[in-house]
Amino acid sequence: MSPLTRVVLAEDEVLLREGLVALLTRFDFTVCAAVGSAPDLLEAARTHQPDLVLTDIRMPPGRRDDGLRAAVALRAERPGLPVVVLSQFVQTGYAAALLDSGDGQRVGYLLKDRVAEVTEFVDTLRRVTGGGTAIDPDVVRQLLHRPRDPLAALSGREREVLALLAEGRSNASIAGRLHVTEAAVGKHVGNILLKLDLPPSDDTNRRVLAVLTYLRADPVG
Amino acid sequence: MTSEHPRHLAATLRRRDWLISAWPWRALAYLVSTVPIAGVLTVGLLVIGAPLLAAANALRLHNRPPEIPLMLFLAVGSLTLVALAPIVSFPVAAVERWRLGLVDGRPLPASPWPGLAARYRTAAGWREVAYLFWLGGFVPVAYWVFLVLVLLDIGMVTSPWLAGDSDPVVIWRPIESAGQAIPYAVVGVLLLPVLCYGVGLLAAGQAAVARWALGSPVDAAALREVARSRTRLVGAYEAERRRIERDLHDGAQPRLTSLTLQLGLARLDVPEDSPAARPLAVAHDQARGLMVMLRQLVHGIRPQSLTDLGLAGAVRELADAAPVAVTVHADVDGALPEIVETTAYFVVSEALSNVARHAGATRAEVRLSRAGGDLVVEVSDDGRGGADPARGTGLTGLADRVAAADGRLLLASPPGGPTLVRVELPCRR
Repeated sequence: MSPLTRVVLAEDEVLLREGLVALLTRFDFTVCAAVGSAPDLLEAARTHQPDLVLTDIRMPPGRRDDGLRAAVALRAERPGLPVVVLSQFVQTGYAAALLDSGDGQRVGYLLKDRVAEVTEFVDTLRRVTGGGTAIDPDVVRQLLHRPRDPLAALSGREREVLALLAEGRSNASIAGRLHVTEAAVGKHVGNILLKLDLPPSDDTNRRVLAVLTYLRADPVG
Repeated sequence: MTSEHPRHLAATLRRRDWLISAWPWRALAYLVSTVPIAGVLTVGLLVIGAPLLAAANALRLHNRPPEIPLMLFLAVGSLTLVALAPIVSFPVAAVERWRLGLVDGRPLPASPWPGLAARYRTAAGWREVAYLFWLGGFVPVAYWVFLVLVLLDIGMVTSPWLAGDSDPVVIWRPIESAGQAIPYAVVGVLLLPVLCYGVGLLAAGQAAVARWALGSPVDAAALREVARSRTRLVGAYEAERRRIERDLHDGAQPRLTSLTLQLGLARLDVPEDSPAARPLAVAHDQARGLMVMLRQLVHGIRPQSLTDLGLAGAVRELADAAPVAVTVHADVDGALPEIVETTAYFVVSEALSNVARHAGATRAEVRLSRAGGDLVVEVSDDGRGGADPARGTGLTGLADRVAAADGRLLLASPPGGPTLVRVELPCRR
């Protein structure tokens, strides 16, 4: 990972913005702009062409989902732009909107709480910048909670593996988390893809995307 | 006043000192003052009933129908009086309300002249007319019966003196001497208190009827105003909740996140073996716990999804989180009053959790639409039905909440299903 990942940061609360700047700087990100509203975010991202956009969802001027809409707009202009949005609460619709934007990769949707887990948070930012996708565990849990016949075929352990997959974790990381061997995880993943009728692939990112694409193809109109 | 000093006649009748209190006199005054009013009304009633009387009379005495001109004259007079009754009843009712003060300390508020049309159109006006007929028709009969009883008693009490005179007094049997009359006199004296109670009962009964007929009826307009003011109040609460949610979301939550972040950063810089490491870790954990708690707290105050996404979006989130498959059809353009939004959200949330808990359903459908000035929320499922508000399935709470927003809840849930909950919420501001 290049130590010079250039970030545009948008967060309207000054203290938190400064905290995030301190965090990013400490982990060798370069913050080219730290702004407090959606229009400023659009302008700063267009000016600086950063490697990563990190934004809050509820921001001025509308104080609704302005940050998210700005992020989606930016990804429409530059489909591969890595974007991580922070949300105060779990909202599957937000995650879906992000995944639908651009090429559906290099996006992250996280609860603001995750910021507190400093190293994990930074890992997530790096994963997204590096081409990965990261969806908050809470969102994934909510999605997995829904009964969906193909998912009903999964065993409990396979659901666990699927949830961790959706967070963008590697087989090794999942194996460490579940205290099983990497080979076992590989077998689970194979089973999941088989049961969900998804073609097997070695590309972790594509697996995640496939899973998430499947998950958000929900019956809600 | 306390219960030691009852404020109306009926309540005093059980008291032991009733006979020596002022109440029998007040009752008597009430009855006596009724006489002229009831008398006038009786004359009026006779005029109204005149055509009938005349017809009956003609048939009985002359065995032929009454003459047409006479009948026409009487009928016109009768109809005129009936037509005037709602007007005449107004002053009479006013006097009666005032007179009720004799035996009843609870005031009946005087009602102002409501306008001519209102006298003919309002239920209150016709209740007063009915009271008029009762006062002129039934009350005199009751008074006559009572008067006969009183005269009888007076006769019994005075019989020893009367019996000595020329003619024998007849009570049950002729009484010829003072000696024979004495038992009657004794009974008559003993009956005096009973008559006093009779006065009391008669007056109390009449007063009760007067209070019932002349009391200001439940005022529909006032009730509507109360309902509107309750809705306004609930609306104000809603606005306040929204403000609190916004303050917490914009102020407290990011600051707490920032604090937790700083603690997390500090932990990175403090070596594990430092004495500060442990307390710092504890502080960090507590701050994280507080973040979760605050998030749940804010959600309880007002669902943030509602603020961010509007009703349709927030309902889709609810559907997303529901354990059964839920289809959402939302056709709600334009802004809705806050209270309507939150109530509708609550309805969907409760209804969906009922579906999950009780219905045994596999699918549910939520429909949001506008009908006239109303927002209509419909939640249906394919479950087993038989939802009964009496069995406490959260439906009562739902109905209360809907009523507070001045709306109404309709439920169709036959045994075997399907169940449909329909809520209509008025959207006027």
